[in-house]
Amino acid sequence: MAGGTEMKGLAAGRPAFAVVRRFAAFLGSLLLTFLGLTAVTFGIGRFIPVDPVLAVVGDHATRAVYDKTYLAMGLDRPVPVQYLIYLRKLVSGDFGQSVMTSRPVLSDLMQFFPATFELATIATLIGVIIGVPAGVTAGALKGRWPDHLVRIVGLFGYSMPVFWLGLVGLFVFYGKLGWVSGPGRLDVAYDDIVTSRTGIILVDSLIEGEWAVFRNAIAHLILPAGILGYFSLAYIARMTRSFMIEQLSQEYVVAARVKGRSFWGAVWHHAFPNIMVALITVIGLSYASLLEGAVLTETVFAWPGLGLYITHSLFNADMNAVLGGTLMVGAVFIGVNLLCDLLYKIFDPRLRTQ
Amino acid sequence: MTGSLRQWLASDQPASRRQAVLGNLARGAKAIITNPAALTGLLIVIALLIVALFAPLIAGRISPIAQDLAARLAPPSSAHWFGTDELGRDIYARTVHGARVTLTIVMLVAVFVAPIGLAVGTAAGYLGGWVDALLMRITDIFLAFPRLVLALAFAAALGPGIENAVIAISLTAWPPYARIARAETVTIARSDFIAAVVLQGAASARILFRHIVPLCLSSVIVRLTLDMAGIILTAAGLGFLGLGAQPPTAEWGAMVSSGRDVILDQWWVATIPGLAIFIVSLGFNLLGDGLRDVLDPKNA
Repeated sequence: MAGGTEMKGLAAGRPAFAVVRRFAAFLGSLLLTFLGLTAVTFGIGRFIPVDPVLAVVGDHATRAVYDKTYLAMGLDRPVPVQYLIYLRKLVSGDFGQSVMTSRPVLSDLMQFFPATFELATIATLIGVIIGVPAGVTAGALKGRWPDHLVRIVGLFGYSMPVFWLGLVGLFVFYGKLGWVSGPGRLDVAYDDIVTSRTGIILVDSLIEGEWAVFRNAIAHLILPAGILGYFSLAYIARMTRSFMIEQLSQEYVVAARVKGRSFWGAVWHHAFPNIMVALITVIGLSYASLLEGAVLTETVFAWPGLGLYITHSLFNADMNAVLGGTLMVGAVFIGVNLLCDLLYKIFDPRLRTQ
Repeated sequence: MTGSLRQWLASDQPASRRQAVLGNLARGAKAIITNPAALTGLLIVIALLIVALFAPLIAGRISPIAQDLAARLAPPSSAHWFGTDELGRDIYARTVHGARVTLTIVMLVAVFVAPIGLAVGTAAGYLGGWVDALLMRITDIFLAFPRLVLALAFAAALGPGIENAVIAISLTAWPPYARIARAETVTIARSDFIAAVVLQGAASARILFRHIVPLCLSSVIVRLTLDMAGIILTAAGLGFLGLGAQPPTAEWGAMVSSGRDVILDQWWVATIPGLAIFIVSLGFNLLGDGLRDVLDPKNA
């Protein structure tokens, strides 16, 4: 029996080799997608109505200065060559200067990213902790009231504008009830107490044992994270529900029940482990889309993350910063997306032996 | 008379193409109407259409852009049902007129996205080979992009405005349609009736447009209806950031944005247009779920 599977494994190529090959394919598609993303940001940067030279030298530059900058920026070269120059700059970490902060865009991005990361991570945690059990329950009790409740909650999540929910949340929980703190990451009184090590205030304040700062950060974080978490929950619960329904219709569940497993025992110990692989993908996707969805939420809550940086730059016609931010969000988004794809293929035993 | 019409529609042996098509429509309509959720969605969408069509009438001939600075930020009252905004404009009239903007955006995006997706998907699926590989690789690349942020960058580059918002959303929204159309095409292309048409000497273009595209339409329509909510939300998000319709046009996202600074004291300014966005996208979601059950039972 064991020998038989071994023979089959050899015939199909060694599993370890298959993983390597899959990883190479993963890297290939990652590279290609990144190239596509940079091509798009290059195209946007190249075809905006704003004159890129004027953006650098200003309106009052002399003709000579203008021409010199025009040549220095390589704008006389063919477009494909310009794209290659652009790529080489990106690879060496040169995203250009931000007009708004007059600093390199990359160091701006590094400064703003932790806030977005903190928000999206806590939101995903909320989505997973509530969404998965809710989805499993709804799937197990298909057609009964918990199922309808989860479906309605999910449907509302799919239909609500996140910026509006944020404003209503601020009005109710901050304005009327006073349960949470308002916009921003910290009250002004707590600013600059802890030194920024990771940029994630919850972590930084814990390292220094500043409990007052930690509590204040939580009070600021809970509303935006809760609202983003709701959208994550809606998606995760909906997907978990449909995975669960599919598993519970399989014969092995009936077999487990016949052998005396309780209903919930069959749900959690037999069906649930089988949906875990698919769940990893769903959670990863929702995490990636939260990094993106944070753009509007951050605007509403004045949360100093990537989204706020992008929108602020937008209004100051700071195209380097906008494209740098787009590239950063896009890179994280693509990375997480493809990583989930890879994890799925590695952990799903059916795909592994093929 | 009605009895015989009903029989004629419900016949499982249609004598003509017309009878078959009408019978299918009737069965679909019945399935939608007997499903309370889908019916609610349908009614909301119809209400949106009526409000958009007769906006000036429904707004009671109150101008959505007339300013009355003496009555700015007035709470809801009998004179101003939903109150007034920071320039004293009537929020009820603006919300009603905003339906027009939303409907325009949604219809324009649909008109752009469905043909692009269908063209790319059916061509890839039917022609196969390197065309398929190339087109699907491009589709995958676009599919992996973050939609809102990319639409944001596009809108920023093109400049603010409804037309540019539509282009920005369309550029990021077509890939799923190409995927769906390709999947359908691959199965259809293998069927005997396509082989028969090929033997009769039909050109590829004719096969694509006359035989494959019509069969892909139902999946595309379902996806489009389900996507409408997302499109409305993205458009509202762009409007909220100031990249959609420009003032003084009444657009729901921009209206929410204008109420941002006064949310703690004058809640109605931001809340009511947001509610309109919510109800309309809920309607499209409900209708889309219902349509999926009717048109596309294998994915339900």
